[in-house]
Amino acid sequence: MDAYTPHTAADPVEFYGTQVNSRLLLGTAQYPSPAILAEAIRASAAEIVTVSLRRESGAAKAGQSEPGKALAGQSFWQLIRDLGVKVLPNTAGCKTVKEAVTTAEMARELFDTPWIKLEVIGEDDTLQPDVFGLVEAARILTRDGFQVFPYTTDDLIVADKLLAAGCEVLMPWGAPIGSGRGLNNPYGLRSMRAHFPRVPLVVDAGVGLPSHAAAAMEFGYDAVLLNTAVAKAGDPVKMARAFALAIEAGREGFRADPMEARDMAAPSTPVMGQAHFG
Amino acid sequence: MSDPITLDHDEAATARAANAMRVTIVGAGVAGLTCAHAFAQRGAQVTVIERKSGSGQGCSWYAGGMLAPWCERESAEPLVAELGFESLDYWRREVPGVPAEGSLVLAQARDLPDLKRFSRRTEGYEWIDGARLGELEPDLAGRFEQGLFFPTEAHLEPRKALAALTGRLVSEYGVTFRYQSDVSSEVYDPASSSAPVDDEADVVLDCRGLAARDVLADLRGVKGEMLVLYSTEISLKRPVRMLHPRIPVYIVPRGDGHFMIGATSIENDERGRVTGRSLLELLSAVYALHPAFGEAEVVEIGADVRPAFPDNLPRIRRRGRTILVNGFYRHGFLLAPALARRAAELAFDGTHFPEVMDEDRREW
Repeated sequence: MDAYTPHTAADPVEFYGTQVNSRLLLGTAQYPSPAILAEAIRASAAEIVTVSLRRESGAAKAGQSEPGKALAGQSFWQLIRDLGVKVLPNTAGCKTVKEAVTTAEMARELFDTPWIKLEVIGEDDTLQPDVFGLVEAARILTRDGFQVFPYTTDDLIVADKLLAAGCEVLMPWGAPIGSGRGLNNPYGLRSMRAHFPRVPLVVDAGVGLPSHAAAAMEFGYDAVLLNTAVAKAGDPVKMARAFALAIEAGREGFRADPMEARDMAAPSTPVMGQAHFG
Repeated sequence: MSDPITLDHDEAATARAANAMRVTIVGAGVAGLTCAHAFAQRGAQVTVIERKSGSGQGCSWYAGGMLAPWCERESAEPLVAELGFESLDYWRREVPGVPAEGSLVLAQARDLPDLKRFSRRTEGYEWIDGARLGELEPDLAGRFEQGLFFPTEAHLEPRKALAALTGRLVSEYGVTFRYQSDVSSEVYDPASSSAPVDDEADVVLDCRGLAARDVLADLRGVKGEMLVLYSTEISLKRPVRMLHPRIPVYIVPRGDGHFMIGATSIENDERGRVTGRSLLELLSAVYALHPAFGEAEVVEIGADVRPAFPDNLPRIRRRGRTILVNGFYRHGFLLAPALARRAAELAFDGTHFPEVMDEDRREW
């Protein structure tokens, strides 16, 4: 299949001073094979991929002072690096501040990037962020030179505290991770956009369909991050491309300054000057 | 040479042996043993070299032994299922004790979307309700409202199956096994047409799994962890897969109250170490299937690394007189016999199998 190519003039988005043209951030877990993952990334033209670093990757073994380096030669990581995309490592599955900070440090060593998608999970069934731990971990990591992409809720006060902790990007959830339910709280997401007009906002998690991603972009969000919706589709490559198209459509729709919805019909053809019969 | 028909039996055998293709197989896992069988059946004189002290003690030791091509079809390429059907027939024909009781796929009520998705991606099943589940597996009666039953699938006990196959190779085909032999890259040079591993061999088969990474640059390791539980409080006739968005597990009954629980799948090539998290996840999932597993005795925990190519599909490649058979990923028992037959036809007949031979070198 042809890779997706944007139809519009360059419309880059900036995260921590780094410009990218694609507004789709793609997760790398759960694909049928690394080959299909690579093809999906190419088909979507995504420039940023998230990578989850499970701590069991041998890093915690006693006596290994440089766990990241011990992993660096391993095939899967090499394959990701070979894709030539920017890697946004994440702290998926971490439940405590300490765990998240340790994982972030490992990721920085392994991928040689200050970027970290910060997840501090509060509860297993909803994988809801523990926003208190999140703010604390964000503060620690920012102080340590990380550029933090926090996975958060649509709570405005939490967002404020994350910004105060040094975050320059916010990533509110659409719905629980992996649920595919779309944008559960459109009002909350819109008001977040309105409150933080200049902070790059990324809808992260819960997106199931291309139309969900298009809706987020129509709200004026800067990008969408997703994984399961593509990885677990019957044809991940086709779905990756579908999301890229939807995100472009939503973004263009937003930039085109859409009409306001109204309660009553408004004729789309002019009535003035029409001939009167009878 | 004399007409073989005029020779007596022993002389004929000697003559055959003299003309037989001499094959050295490196690795006595499921790949090496099925290759040994396929080549021996064609009359080759086979020697198997293995660095461990017995057959099937690498990755094969930790295999689930599910012969479930329809179930694998859910997440694997169609080729895996196609090769799997051939292998399913092989194991049922060649090895005793391969119960064809089918397999079950179940999910907790909250994970029903995963069950529906699973059903959409494959065939060869029937939807069953709680009552039918109770008929199939009385101990699971009342625990699940819906499930998928794949009646044509089977399972085997990998360790017993490979022991049985090894026995047949020795007694029926006179295959020689050299265990605890050094097969490291110093003595084995597949790039060379005169590989010193065995100067007499016409064909060398490299079935070393992940160890062949020294000559297969695109091979990677995918770690898997498993455990064996013992319980007399529950019995199952067939493998059960429990779907879960994060922790899918399967339980394979091994008989005599033993159950193999598997398996994690981690992009990592670290051998041996089983983590607390993996154990916790495997055990919670199996406990959700039936609380009796909470009381079960932990008999064994183990981990090894599966060899896989980037598309997770198997390969046959050639380097001079060496044939490499590798990349079975999570599907060793499901793929090995089908690949072994192809490797033998390649060596004996020059047959080309594009579905598993990505390096197109037709000359032999």
